[in-house]
Amino acid sequence: MARNKDGLTKALAEIPAIREEFYANVYIPGTGQELNQSLERAGRVADFLEFAEVMVLDALERKESCGCHLREESQTEEHEAKRDDVHYSHVTVWEHRGVGQPPLLHQEPLEFEAVTPSQRSYK
Amino acid sequence: MAAKNISITVKIWRQANETAKGCLGTYALKEISTDMSFLEMLDVLNEQLTLEGKEPVVFDHDCREGICGTCGAVVDGIAHGPEQGTTLCQLHMRHFKDGQVICIEPFRAKAFPLVRDLMVDRSAFDRIIQAGGFVSINAGSAPDANTVAVPQQQAEQAMDAAACIGCGACVASCPNAAAMLFTSAKISQLALMPQGRPERKRRALSMVAAMDEEGFGNCSNHRECEQVCPKKISIRHIARMNREYLAAALFGE
Repeated sequence: MARNKDGLTKALAEIPAIREEFYANVYIPGTGQELNQSLERAGRVADFLEFAEVMVLDALERKESCGCHLREESQTEEHEAKRDDVHYSHVTVWEHRGVGQPPLLHQEPLEFEAVTPSQRSYK
Repeated sequence: MAAKNISITVKIWRQANETAKGCLGTYALKEISTDMSFLEMLDVLNEQLTLEGKEPVVFDHDCREGICGTCGAVVDGIAHGPEQGTTLCQLHMRHFKDGQVICIEPFRAKAFPLVRDLMVDRSAFDRIIQAGGFVSINAGSAPDANTVAVPQQQAEQAMDAAACIGCGACVASCPNAAAMLFTSAKISQLALMPQGRPERKRRALSMVAAMDEEGFGNCSNHRECEQVCPKKISIRHIARMNREYLAAALFGE
């Protein structure tokens, strides 16, 4: 799986439309007063549609390649994931501020004492 | 066998909650592929009901590969349906004929209160497991091979007992709604292994007590449980459980 700026930007533009379509067309039989598996599943889809947007936003923000997050723009000459620890050695937490509102970025720097991150090599 | 489409009629137990009056709902299904699993057929029905503005049938399911023990219903009077050694999710529509009428009911037992439609509350099983308690040996990391000697025959028997997925078909099929096949599989699994020996007496006493406490009946050797068990657990384990219980009750800890 590879990601790039164009693809992620396109996804970020499409997700709100899919979410709006979901809320406009969703039909949930029954009520919330009793066990309702349809309601449970609709709730999950709604969660996924919010979560997908945050994931895409985070993938777009992290311009380095790291772990299974491979940004096509950031690769070594041998097409392996190229890290950028100068700019991205941190954990990102996105604060939800309401559906459709841009989430707030929080960063917590990663400090390595015993080992230092290095370029992955299978050779 | 090439897939084909069949039309069937399903009669499904509909009940809004534990205290509501229930009845069988009749639904016609067309173009059901024989390659579908039984639960996929229910998915098709639920989609059809939703599109018609009706409430879908509530049923439990999770892994859909026969290993989690979440699914289960009584199909034409047989828990998990007509195929032996098969969970409901692994039962396929190729075992049914075009035009067949299929009756689907929940696992009924006093200790399994009905939640809705085909879903029952099987948390009584969890409480029996909890009553089993801990093993005092260090189970933290995998030991080196052969450091704990286990005779091959006992290892095989323990493995057979460990195959129980706790689905509750045994309870649903038993005329006494006994949970003895389930409980005995769990007791056997540990009693047969050296790791389970230190607590075996206490475990047998408290798991049997928990089983009685939950309102399950006792075994009267009908062997219906063995017939429907998707993992083919043998009632030999019930005999072992009774021996474990007797030894613990007579000779104490």
